[in-house]
Amino acid sequence: MRVSLFVTCLVDQLWPSVGTSAVNVLRRAGCEVEFDQRQTCCGQPAFNTGYRNEARVLARRFIEIFEESKADAIVSPSGSCTAMVHHFRELFAEDEPWRIRAERVAERTHEFASFLVNVLGVDDLGASFSGRVTWHDACHGLRDLNLHSEPRRLIRNVRGVEFVELANADACCGFGGTFSVKYPEISVAILDNKIESIEKAGVRAVVSGDASCLMQIGGRLSRKASPVRAMHLAELLASRE
Amino acid sequence: MNHPTETAEATGYGPPNAFDQNVLKALGDEQLHSALRNLVVTFGSKRQAAINSVEDWEGLRDEARAIKDETLAHLDRYLEEFANNAERAGAQMHWARDGHEVSNIIIRLLHERNAKRVVKSKSMATEEIHLNSALEDAGIETVETDLGEWIIQLACETPSHIVVPAIHKSKKQIADLFVAKIGIEPTDDVAKLTSAARRVLRQRFAEADAGISGVNFGVAETGTILILENEGNIRLTTSLPKIHIAVMGIEKVIPHFADLDVFLKLLPRSGTGQQLTAYQSLITGTKKRPADEGPEELHIILMDNGRSRMLAHPVTRQSLACIRCGACLNACPVYQQIGGHAYGSVYPGPIGAVITPQLIGLSKATQLPYASSLCGACREVCPVKIDIPALLLHLRSEVVEGTAAGSADQKGPVKRKFAERLAFRLYAFAWSRPFLYEWAARIARLAQRLIVRQGRIGKVSGLVARIAPPFGAWTACRDAPPIAQRTFREQWREDSKIK
Repeated sequence: MRVSLFVTCLVDQLWPSVGTSAVNVLRRAGCEVEFDQRQTCCGQPAFNTGYRNEARVLARRFIEIFEESKADAIVSPSGSCTAMVHHFRELFAEDEPWRIRAERVAERTHEFASFLVNVLGVDDLGASFSGRVTWHDACHGLRDLNLHSEPRRLIRNVRGVEFVELANADACCGFGGTFSVKYPEISVAILDNKIESIEKAGVRAVVSGDASCLMQIGGRLSRKASPVRAMHLAELLASRE
Repeated sequence: MNHPTETAEATGYGPPNAFDQNVLKALGDEQLHSALRNLVVTFGSKRQAAINSVEDWEGLRDEARAIKDETLAHLDRYLEEFANNAERAGAQMHWARDGHEVSNIIIRLLHERNAKRVVKSKSMATEEIHLNSALEDAGIETVETDLGEWIIQLACETPSHIVVPAIHKSKKQIADLFVAKIGIEPTDDVAKLTSAARRVLRQRFAEADAGISGVNFGVAETGTILILENEGNIRLTTSLPKIHIAVMGIEKVIPHFADLDVFLKLLPRSGTGQQLTAYQSLITGTKKRPADEGPEELHIILMDNGRSRMLAHPVTRQSLACIRCGACLNACPVYQQIGGHAYGSVYPGPIGAVITPQLIGLSKATQLPYASSLCGACREVCPVKIDIPALLLHLRSEVVEGTAAGSADQKGPVKRKFAERLAFRLYAFAWSRPFLYEWAARIARLAQRLIVRQGRIGKVSGLVARIAPPFGAWTACRDAPPIAQRTFREQWREDSKIK
């Protein structure tokens, strides 16, 4: 299967190992991976802050670039960016031609874990990682895309992993895009509930499907000099240790 | 008089536009935190258990939403049907455009009957319009009879939760309040406190000239109003005094009596985690024979107060499907941290952040649509499937575009945020040009050398925080990742192994 990778701007610039890991994992699952270097961002920061005109500029670009692709699927290592692509239609509610194009692109756009399990039917990538890990449900993956069992199946099949469930796995980490800097005190107060249960779980790594949540959780862990690593699912699945 | 839906000063919290300052006060309140933790644990688990006792919860939610959508699509017709049938059963109907009209109708009715003492049961509609202070100004003595509402009335505060209005108060605070206001002996015995409340309130019921209530549902087909409760005070409020006045938001009407079956399964389970409330008062008109018990007059006031404005817009219309269960408050990570008063409105939490700006005008509640991480937990628990995140996003776009829905006097200019606007313009310009996007990363990579230590960016202050406030806000408590030494696309281009 031919896959066009939408790597997301956050992964591209801040967390490139997530992108390279995703490429490796997709190849291991038998996909041919292409990457269109014209891509940048889905426009989510603008959309979520209310700047719809700015979001439309980036949405149109995204649609133009990815509808040219002959790939069978567009895959992104981010639940929230994938959800944003699925939101494009709302940006073009009064612009039918663009709305139709948006819907066509959205149909082909899949979140990484969901693509592996639901489209390819793969839940064992032959990865290995020793130690106890837990999973944080990124909100948009969980509630917009209904991702729940897929990442857990993938993690449980990693050799050497002891998977533990957090009591508040499905609770928000407090990131929320610009919310995290508009109301940093609330954002961190919410985050600390998550950090507390991660620390209690005694894990080596907390795994998630969104670089934004990992930036939030990882940023706090790092500030607290915690040994726990914030890790993307793609990185775990690419791991061979 | 207070402006409608603004928090009373006694709480120490400012209006909705002071949200950012209110937040700091709330986060520093340890007592509030422990109360909120209890709320979340208790209501969360009770709600889940109550939901599990229903076979097809999702189906019920869909059914409820469909009923609400149908009603809202033909609201004029159902309201007329409701009013006609209620009148036929003996009720007197009143229509009010806003809170002032509601207050004036009630004051006129009470003055005409020389009614001076009023008992009131819990009602968000009357909280919304600050009826109590209007009645007080008109020389009418009003007593809240719901225990929680009575507590906050004694404390001169406003509710901090739609269902549990005094959730922010500890047992100790309530005991101290009772000592100061009703002169009981100091005690920490809950039974003694409630029996003291009962003693005072019973006396008020016996003396009351009129009872004022809200309405949970108004059935168009029969003209019946339904009010749910657990304490029995609503039953007394609506049956003991000679006059019963019910204040009903126009969105409370439902078409058929049989629809109650759906909502009675949803509301108590979502609100308090009960399969059913202890009391359900169904009131159809007045007593039929003089010898019967019950009030001689029933007045139902249908209140708009901004609701028809919400109805007019296809996106905001679903705000009116809300049945005021409070489940979204309990599920909201933001509410869980800051409680209700920080929102500066009698409607707090996610649904409050949606409703308040539409009631009082976006210019007076500009921050509230942003008081959410958009996690969607509210949408997940909402018994009528209101897409609260979508509504918040819509309101955010109204803030940005200055197209706020609101009546002329409420519209007012929404404060523009020039730096933010400029930042998003630049972002859209640069991020739609891969060349600029890449150069931005390269420049940032050079600049960050000044602040990156051991592969991470710690707390920035001084000049950097002044130039880029969001950066200062982020790094106050969290490290930030630096721009990668080689971005993904650089690796893709240069590294044959990846490509």
